[in-house]
Amino acid sequence: MKAVLKKLLTFIITVLLVTLFVFVAFEMIPGDAATARLGINATPEALEKMREEMGLTRPFFVRYFSWLGSFFFGDMGVSYSYGVSVRSMLASKLPITLTLTLMAFIMVVVLSIPIGLYSSKYEDRVFAKVIDVSGQLVMSIPPFFLGILVTYVFGMLLHMFTPGGFVSYDINFGKFISYLIFPALAIAVPKAAMSTKLLKTSILSERRLDYVRTAYSRGNSTMDVLYKHVLKNAVIPVITFLGMTLADIVAGSLVIEQVFSIPGYGRLLISSIANRDYPVVQAIIAIIAMIVIFINLLVDVTYQVLDPRLRGN
Amino acid sequence: MSKRRILALVLCVALIPAVALTACSGDKSDASSKIVIGIPQDLEDSLDPHEATAAGTREVLFNVYEGLLKPDPTGDIVPAVASDYSVSVDGFTYSFILRDGVKFHDGTNVEAEDVKYSIEKCAGLTGGQVLIAGLSNIESVEIADKNLIDITLKEPDMDFPAYIANTNAAIIPRSNSKPATNPIGTGPYMYVSRSPQDNIVLKKFDGYWGTPANIEDVTLKIIPNADSIVMNLNGGAVDMFARLTVTQTQQLNDNFEVLEGEMNLVQALYLNNAVKPFDNVDVRRALSYAVDVDNILELTSEKKGFPVGSSMFPAFSKYYIDLSDSYPTDIEKAKELLASAGYPDGFSFSITVPSNYQPHVEAAQVISEQLKKIGVNANIKLVEWNTWLSDVYTARNYEATVIGVDASSLTATAMLDRFVSDAENNFTNYSDPAYDELFAKLYITPGDEERVEIYKELQKNLAENAANVYIQDMAEFVALSDKYEGYTFYPLYVQDFAKLKLKGQ
Repeated sequence: MKAVLKKLLTFIITVLLVTLFVFVAFEMIPGDAATARLGINATPEALEKMREEMGLTRPFFVRYFSWLGSFFFGDMGVSYSYGVSVRSMLASKLPITLTLTLMAFIMVVVLSIPIGLYSSKYEDRVFAKVIDVSGQLVMSIPPFFLGILVTYVFGMLLHMFTPGGFVSYDINFGKFISYLIFPALAIAVPKAAMSTKLLKTSILSERRLDYVRTAYSRGNSTMDVLYKHVLKNAVIPVITFLGMTLADIVAGSLVIEQVFSIPGYGRLLISSIANRDYPVVQAIIAIIAMIVIFINLLVDVTYQVLDPRLRGN
Repeated sequence: MSKRRILALVLCVALIPAVALTACSGDKSDASSKIVIGIPQDLEDSLDPHEATAAGTREVLFNVYEGLLKPDPTGDIVPAVASDYSVSVDGFTYSFILRDGVKFHDGTNVEAEDVKYSIEKCAGLTGGQVLIAGLSNIESVEIADKNLIDITLKEPDMDFPAYIANTNAAIIPRSNSKPATNPIGTGPYMYVSRSPQDNIVLKKFDGYWGTPANIEDVTLKIIPNADSIVMNLNGGAVDMFARLTVTQTQQLNDNFEVLEGEMNLVQALYLNNAVKPFDNVDVRRALSYAVDVDNILELTSEKKGFPVGSSMFPAFSKYYIDLSDSYPTDIEKAKELLASAGYPDGFSFSITVPSNYQPHVEAAQVISEQLKKIGVNANIKLVEWNTWLSDVYTARNYEATVIGVDASSLTATAMLDRFVSDAENNFTNYSDPAYDELFAKLYITPGDEERVEIYKELQKNLAENAANVYIQDMAEFVALSDKYEGYTFYPLYVQDFAKLKLKGQ
């Protein structure tokens, strides 16, 4: 119970700090929502009037706390650029970013665990070495560039998908998922390579420990030792890594959305920053912060399940 | 049942709707015509025509809204919601005859009250602010008869019809309380829906009074990332994209036709005439002699583009005079001028450029290299568009910038009024009493020929004083899929979707 309370407190403080930082940043960068909206036709009077309409003339803390108050009660305000409620806007985009993130995460897990197991088990085979080297190579490619490569190879050369042919989930769910496979791949591959490498080294170092020799001496088969003993221990650092990766994937999906023309949170966030549409920016950042903190919470729970030593603490 | 079987069953059930969805919502039959047009930014300012400010927004709204008058592809002003108009002898009153049977997209008829409401809203006569600068001159809007509207001006203005023909001065229904989110106009296309940062969907308006549009459904797809544009085109996700760079057009596959036109703007190295050393005319002239426009065109656009020498582009053919030879490249002369201005060893300054406009960034890079030859060191400072607007354009806190300036309305005045010393939009801080005097004459000279002469004198004044280092009216490239035809260039920043059609349609 105490642990849960502690988590909740961290949750609240983090969201508070993150949103405050965003507010301060908006205070410091030149231009505001009024100049963005009125463009080059703006007269000083029109700008002043627009600022008043938008509530930008109020003091900094009044603005911040009034935003925070409404956000707490689920009211995210109205977008300056679109004149519609931020909540409805974000609700319609959430499935896009969330699906992309989850698909990428599943790919990381599905790719890295079998490959990691294989290359640790058959450490000396040539194929394991090939995996090692190519993993090292892939790891160092930024997702943005990998995205362009994937588009070129799978989209332009192999015609496996239409670059830019994104279909929204509410129009055709099947096409939606199939379009997201390649962007998810671009996000997942470098992370999967890191995760593979981590699992491999983790298994190798576990295998040298005394309890493994004991397990062998009790007559267990290699498979038994690997899956029932070593893997359970070796997977703990990997879980930590995957937790952090998921936060990274959320950030990565914001970037990859640009390459694949996916209209999720990333596109909205960037355009809203350019337009100084701070109700939208605040809401997106608060939601992302919450997702990241929530993931960390899940990782903690997973530890407790996997590692009996942590239970009851 | 074992746990595993239950799980399998649950998964199967979960998959059914997904499969069903895929099955039943396959491609729509191609019975109705459609086109997907890519645009580089979403319509983020407003869908209310009176409040839309970005050129990118106005060019789309051009298809949804119309004013009493509108521009045609040759740049002439033709009747739209009004069927005709006349101006009183003293030039104070314009009378517009409302066209019969013009319908709004919601099916209601356009009435004189709607016209009065719209014009008064734009002109700030109903308590709000003036939304369109050109219309601040309106004294009153009266309904003289059921279909006759009299607009009285505070002062006669020959350019008034051009302001009324602006998409911004569109006629909208007075009953619509939310024009910003529920746009209703009289244009050939009607608004259907939008998804922020994704798309905007338009549909042909069957009740349109004029020549109807050809293509039934138009989807505007927002592609802000320049690298994705060509992939979207080549991949077949987008059928048309305007304002491409030369490099982009070279990467297109055979399914596209590349059309070439002019952008109708003046790209220049705009100088802040109020800061040192640009307050010195010799320094400005020296820069003009040092910058080689042909070389810029060669390096940035494969020689496509039209060199200009003053703040006017060739499409205003009646007013335009070619001054592009005012400063032929002459490094020695530039050095002499710099020396006589007191900068024998050159100087340093920064060029602030909005990073989202690649052609301007490239031009700035070439200029920076060229100026090294006369010992002038130009640093390029890339800023985001909003920062450019507030720092450079509004606050005038800059030394030099490369940008394209277009005409906000179909008037030559719109290109030249910003150089009057006390003009609100005089972002270059140009100040010359002779220019101001000449410009003021425009309003008291009734004869057309004399006025044209004044416009030419104004352009010469800017060239002689080297107000800015003028570069070009940029070439515009439009990629259109070979399934379509009918793209029409305008001497204004608009896209006319109604003229597009399927080949053989």
